[in-house]
Amino acid sequence: MQEDGLVAIVKRDCPTCIMVTPVLQEILQCSALKIYTQDDPGFPEGIEGVIDDTSLDASYRLDVEIVPTLVRFKNGVEVDRTYGWDREAWGKIVGADDLGTNLPDFKPGCGALNQEPDHLAELRIRYSDTPMTSRLVPLGAKEDPIEACFERGWSDGLPVVPPTEERVLAMLEGTTREASEVLGLMPSNLDTCTVEKVAINAVMAGCRPEYLPVVLTAIEAVMDKDFCLHGVLATTRFVGPVVIVNGSIAQQIGMNCKGNALGQGNRANATIGRAVQLAVRNIGGGKPQGVDRATLGNPGKLGYCFCEDEEGSAWEPLTVDRGLPSGTNAVTVFAGYGLQGITDNRARTPEELVQTFVTCLLAVENIHMFPGPDCVLVVCPEHENTLMEGGWDKARLHAEIMARLQVPAEAVMRGEHGMAEGVEPEMAGKTLSKLVPEGLMIVRAGASAGKFSGIIAGWTAGSPELSRPVTKEIKI
Amino acid sequence: MTLLLDPTGERETVGVPRRARPESLAGLTVGILDISKVRGDVFLEQVATLLEERDINVKRYCKPTAGRTAPKDIEQAIVEEVDVLVEGLAD
Repeated sequence: MQEDGLVAIVKRDCPTCIMVTPVLQEILQCSALKIYTQDDPGFPEGIEGVIDDTSLDASYRLDVEIVPTLVRFKNGVEVDRTYGWDREAWGKIVGADDLGTNLPDFKPGCGALNQEPDHLAELRIRYSDTPMTSRLVPLGAKEDPIEACFERGWSDGLPVVPPTEERVLAMLEGTTREASEVLGLMPSNLDTCTVEKVAINAVMAGCRPEYLPVVLTAIEAVMDKDFCLHGVLATTRFVGPVVIVNGSIAQQIGMNCKGNALGQGNRANATIGRAVQLAVRNIGGGKPQGVDRATLGNPGKLGYCFCEDEEGSAWEPLTVDRGLPSGTNAVTVFAGYGLQGITDNRARTPEELVQTFVTCLLAVENIHMFPGPDCVLVVCPEHENTLMEGGWDKARLHAEIMARLQVPAEAVMRGEHGMAEGVEPEMAGKTLSKLVPEGLMIVRAGASAGKFSGIIAGWTAGSPELSRPVTKEIKI
Repeated sequence: MTLLLDPTGERETVGVPRRARPESLAGLTVGILDISKVRGDVFLEQVATLLEERDINVKRYCKPTAGRTAPKDIEQAIVEEVDVLVEGLAD
């Protein structure tokens, strides 16, 4: 219990604290006064018995916001408090009306050290005053934290950032959502997935706190039953979650939709996708050669995330195609893999270019596979220009592609081209479509130079029983 | 001492030991579960036929899709109705 009397908290790095030093000496002449110093045990000079609070423990317990702060305790309870220098307020607390007569009436104080973010986080952890409830894993004195994460099976094969309490607490500052909020049950283990668990995995992936709302929304999207995460993991095919970000948040957090948008080099692109995969692994138990039965997998399973170039494109963004208003901050997840490049340097009309797009789409996985897996077509700026100059918007492109993906069954039947794979002979006489009606999404990304678009192929032809793309608005 | 926050679901998976193989299938009911993988039906139907030729009671089940876990009613029916299950997992 706090002893009755006065308590003052000061720091040397505060001109007001220096200014009130004679006042503190005046008070000591007539009252019980404890003085705590935040930064320098030798300050204030000339006063005996100053208490060293460089640990900031007392300051934190007293919830000091400004120095100097003067508090009066009576019967163990705080009964009055003032901060900065205010002669009238100090006089009222001390019970004297002639304090510091040679000082100005008022001078504001400075921010208390215990409120500075680094110190505050450390103090909250020291006093277990955080929202985190996850198990704390102690490491041995000689144990390297990065190696410890590998040994515990928490890594995707690359070093992870060790999820210390300080880092996770800082990560949670990136969202207004409660750490304890349950986002859902994560397949395959169906373990409870909370904001806190996602934040831990986001730390490990290397995310900055401002990425967390995007990661959380992507996690909610992959846990949506339409995405069929258990199947996406358990399949022997290539796929993993591909995360496409729309809206101004992408630029605000520094994502890359320009040159090398699907490649390396951008922290947000690289770590958001990685955080999703680490959460699937660690919370859901989706580990390679465990529940994840992929024959080959694909490099994007370390993380596959990019954003659409909305500002650079004349087209409506993907969010509009997915039924949300233009400009919505949103995440779309798609069970996809890799990138099949589309090169066309010669097309000068939409009619020429669409033939290239269609020919490449027909080849996805196997030219005899009908229907093929759902696809995302990533159109580069130069190709978009060719289409726009020819008067084609995105809806027209979509319709023209779908119309051209029809082929007679005989052309892709088993045995054709010397291949055993193909459609069954019973399909003879029918016209088949490479993609199901909802099997194509189109987005715009890439550098301003280069006539190179791409196809991100998916798992299977979309159906309610299998994985469907899921789009969710981002909650900050 | 360094402390790390556990990134996992923190739930221990309960291992269920596999039931001992029967010495003989005589008098038992064998379930055949087709998970809708390509040509799984062809293979499993031959297994079922071979069992039936040996006067073994066979019950057939089929998952609607290989892409999702089995519906609960199918899981429950298998638990209640058969002694042994043959399941085709791969292509």
